[in-house]
Amino acid sequence: MSSPSTVMLRRNFKHIARNPTSVFNAVLMPVVIMLMFVYMLGDAFDVGVDYVDYATPGLMLLAVCYGLGSTATSVNSDMTKGIINRFKVMDISRGAVLTGHVVASLLTNLVAIGAIIGLAFLLGFSPSASFLDWLGVVGLVVLLGFAAGWLTVALGLAAKSPETAGLSTVPLVMLPFFSSAIAPAEKMGPGVRQFAEYQPFTPIIETLRGLLNGTPSAGTAIAALAWCVGIGVVGYLWARSTFKKRA
Amino acid sequence: MLDGIDFDVPAGTVFSLLGPNGAGKTTTVNVLTTLMKADGGTVRVAGHDTATEAKAVRSEIGVTGQFAAVDELLTGLENLQLMADLHRLGADEGRQVVTGLLERFDLVESARKPASTYSGGMRRKLDLAMTLVGNPRIIFLDEPTTGLDPRSRRTMWTIIRELVADGVTIFLTTQYLEEADQLADRVAVLDQGRLVAQGTPDELKRRLPGTHVRLRFTTAAELDAAARILTGSTRDDEALALRVPSDGGTKSLRALLDMLDEYAISAEEFSVHTPDLDDVFLALTGHTTEAVAK
Repeated sequence: MSSPSTVMLRRNFKHIARNPTSVFNAVLMPVVIMLMFVYMLGDAFDVGVDYVDYATPGLMLLAVCYGLGSTATSVNSDMTKGIINRFKVMDISRGAVLTGHVVASLLTNLVAIGAIIGLAFLLGFSPSASFLDWLGVVGLVVLLGFAAGWLTVALGLAAKSPETAGLSTVPLVMLPFFSSAIAPAEKMGPGVRQFAEYQPFTPIIETLRGLLNGTPSAGTAIAALAWCVGIGVVGYLWARSTFKKRA
Repeated sequence: MLDGIDFDVPAGTVFSLLGPNGAGKTTTVNVLTTLMKADGGTVRVAGHDTATEAKAVRSEIGVTGQFAAVDELLTGLENLQLMADLHRLGADEGRQVVTGLLERFDLVESARKPASTYSGGMRRKLDLAMTLVGNPRIIFLDEPTTGLDPRSRRTMWTIIRELVADGVTIFLTTQYLEEADQLADRVAVLDQGRLVAQGTPDELKRRLPGTHVRLRFTTAAELDAAARILTGSTRDDEALALRVPSDGGTKSLRALLDMLDEYAISAEEFSVHTPDLDDVFLALTGHTTEAVAK
């Protein structure tokens, strides 16, 4: 016998198996973008280091964001098609269905990030991270996936229809492009530069970059952790209150 | 939305909440099933307060909502297995319950097809089967037959009767007088969030205007003449129409027509009416169901 959350996660896996295009998109899109920026245009960027080494951390983050759309859509269709009400009137832990979605979203993220790192090595990625640095990378990525997952579940619960739920994650998909993911913030125009410097993804990317270079910096790491925890807590509380309110 | 509604449902009976769209039926079900909290008053289901003992209530009830809440990407079998897993039935017991329900609801053949391929009637059956996995003693059915074809509706009625025979208490909402009449021990009529009548189906029907004949004339003079000879009729001057009580049988209709003939009165239009939900509403609330519909 398994806990309700495990049963729900199994349900999410079956959904993915029946409808694999969503995960395919979540993995394929970041890979295509990586090929475009690194393989096709990489030599045009002058960032002081090999471009694949510069871009990989940002693309890992992009891989997380691209997975969120399908999570929001599937949470919303659970909500609007009434199956969530069925779960809510049962004597089981009420958050189980949401936990299932968050964990499935996180695992999709990890598959996409695995694909990005694999491709990066094929394109000549040469990180100088120690084993401990790698552990830090994995930890931060899992924390980010978890936090973004809860925020996405909240967006999915709050949206009117599955279509608008998918659209509501577009800002999260766009955000990495306005960070130091593709190019350093100081090379951007005024306005965009300040935005890129202070938005949450920049410290997260800089922390991943530092860890992969084997030169982690405590300052950015603390900012990155704070953003992740903040996003996660806001997402979790928002998801919980929407879940309780919407019948 | 709801305004001071009050009722008791004895265990082992069928209670039906009858009302048009927008009357507050689903809101009532949501409050009773712990999905929503009432602003005031107390609600007790199976002896437990829905506000303070929601978990205890949830362990006693089964709910089949207005829209079939099945997982469309899963097959019928997987949907039922999901419920068995959530109820923490063991592997053997779970398999037994799932197979039993598939057979009982005539879903064996389509058990391995995704629920998205099911017809409306099959979806409702699967939905109800999922509700029964936990073997609840109190079942809420929110408009279980709305949108179903007549044959599926009959099947659903048979299933509901079987549940009652097993001693399950049922709370049913419906827009159809006939359905409440067929299934319910007691009926309450809900209108704009208020209960306007309560009683057995027979008690309610006695309060209705019975079957009647409606005659429409072309001139006021003809209407006057007809009203004089047909005692017990009610006139509608605006429509130049007359409502004559009748059992709707051929004998009494012939007598009525003969009488008109005898006095050389001819009606422009002739129709026989049997009471329906609109008449219940007109009689109980003074307005038709359409006036309330959203």
